[in-house]
Amino acid sequence: MSALASGGFWAFVAVVAGVYTIFALGLQLQFGFAGLLNFGQVAFMAIGAYTMAILVVKEGWSTWLAAPLGVAVAAAAGLLLGLPALRLRADYFAIVTIAFSEIVRYVATNQDSLTGGSQGTIALGKVGQAAQYNGQWERFQTRFQGWLGVSSKDVAMLVIVWGAAIVLLALVWLAVRTPWGRVLRAIREDEDTAASLGKNVLAYKLQALAIGSGLAGVAGCFYAWQFSFFSPDDFQPLLTFFAWMIVILGGLGRVWSVPVGAAVFGFLFAGTRFLDFPPLSYLSGADRAYVRLIVIGLVIIGLVLARPQGILGKRDEMVLE
Amino acid sequence: MFWQLLANGLVTGSVIAIAAVGVSLIYGILRLVNFAYGDYMAFGALAAYAFNGPRGLGIVVSVLLAMLATAVLSLVLDVTLWRPLRARRAGFMSLFLASIGLALVLRQVLLLAYGPQSQEYKVNPYKVYVIGSVRLSEAQFITILVAAVAIVAIGLFLSRSTIGRTMRALADDRALAAVAGINVGRVIAYTWILSGLLAGLAGVLAGLIQTSFNPNFGFQLLLPVFAAVVLGGVGSAYGALAGGLALGLAMELSTWPSLLGGVNPVYKPVVAFAVLIAALMVRPQGLFGRARVI
Repeated sequence: MSALASGGFWAFVAVVAGVYTIFALGLQLQFGFAGLLNFGQVAFMAIGAYTMAILVVKEGWSTWLAAPLGVAVAAAAGLLLGLPALRLRADYFAIVTIAFSEIVRYVATNQDSLTGGSQGTIALGKVGQAAQYNGQWERFQTRFQGWLGVSSKDVAMLVIVWGAAIVLLALVWLAVRTPWGRVLRAIREDEDTAASLGKNVLAYKLQALAIGSGLAGVAGCFYAWQFSFFSPDDFQPLLTFFAWMIVILGGLGRVWSVPVGAAVFGFLFAGTRFLDFPPLSYLSGADRAYVRLIVIGLVIIGLVLARPQGILGKRDEMVLE
Repeated sequence: MFWQLLANGLVTGSVIAIAAVGVSLIYGILRLVNFAYGDYMAFGALAAYAFNGPRGLGIVVSVLLAMLATAVLSLVLDVTLWRPLRARRAGFMSLFLASIGLALVLRQVLLLAYGPQSQEYKVNPYKVYVIGSVRLSEAQFITILVAAVAIVAIGLFLSRSTIGRTMRALADDRALAAVAGINVGRVIAYTWILSGLLAGLAGVLAGLIQTSFNPNFGFQLLLPVFAAVVLGGVGSAYGALAGGLALGLAMELSTWPSLLGGVNPVYKPVVAFAVLIAALMVRPQGLFGRARVI
């Protein structure tokens, strides 16, 4: 139970919740505002993280150049997927996006020369050399930690990640208040009406898809820095479902509901780690991990049944259909 | 080489096809994309293992019992989960998300029950059937026979039997079918039973041809199955059969070395999706789907 009281553990949970906030914010823009059923969000996170790591290790780029390019490549991948896939019906689009995220993961697993393959980023460099992509980031983080005057590295990361998350949330919040955001919502409600008013529906959808993918790319970079190592297994479709759960948990069609959803999810996910009272304490650690995911699955089902508008969602504006 | 790949493609394709019919029937009638279907299949595969492995029953008896068990699971889940959702008039998104939640729960329950380690059926791994230039393992041989019988049976059931025709009528136009006096609730229950039987069968066959499998394997099976459903035209059961066979053949034949050197076998699932995306660009309604205005 000691971890339950330790600040370091909860700082770690908060960092992960911050990364998930940025990740799910992209999905909120795509689904909550533009009505796009993107079930491949994790692919863009993977593309952002891998582009950054590959450019730093293989090309010797500065992290400060590689990370923005990673985000740009993720956004471009969103455009590239959207151009053919957005012509499809909504349910087909959902299936094609899942397929896309699995293709990205297969390629990352099998193209050893590009991504290090299933061994992950540690195999990015030359044979027999453990590759590191976060030297520059670590130095920055240490300097920032000294400037803050805190003892824990995780607390410094927490401030950075949540600082970035709040800036991005504010930007999206402002964006959906512009005429551009109103057109997105009009498309979500009734595509044909929006088109009949002369709006280029495909262009708006593509923009929402690309921006949301870019946000996933940002989340990918922070994810990579937080864990100092990643492999294709980190980008299972499960992550996309977590993001969906966060968006729905918080409430659809709202910006500030995303961090609420992420915090509740983070607490639920980390908190279920402490389900070690009888009868659950008779289970092994691995078995308890299964129970954790069962709880998350049941929460998803329960939400769909009981509160389809989420915690902060407005029933009048958008209910899960 | 070509004939061997063709045979492998038929084996893979028929398993995908059987599962795709199970997904397609439910989608046609309930507009439910059942994301948990892969885990229904894993449930079937592991149930057969429980009968065949520890209890030592023959593989055929085990398959039948596993199909029955999966059908019961399918029906129980309809009563406890899907029926309440229908009563709330849940839409596409709600149903899809609920099925994702269910997939998580089912898979973890299977992991709790069987553990993450790989399981195998008791078939002779050394027995080889040679037909011309084609070599089939005992597992592949059983799969090809059972799948052929099952596919013909499914086709006959849907085209000739009253229940099968009612199912297709319901998928075609629910309101019209209800007006014509079809008991919708009962047909939905039958459809879940059939979908469960097919999930159980496809799960065991997939386990047989992969030789070893664990509770996580349902999800890997699911994506090619979805691809087959979409390729065939969502909601069309015959289309799902054809889509599954086409995808299986495409996946295996893409590795043929004489075909521009062939694709690395690890990319077989990618080939399935490439075929799907290419086909959707040309025919967004699927091979057998009807273009209609919604």
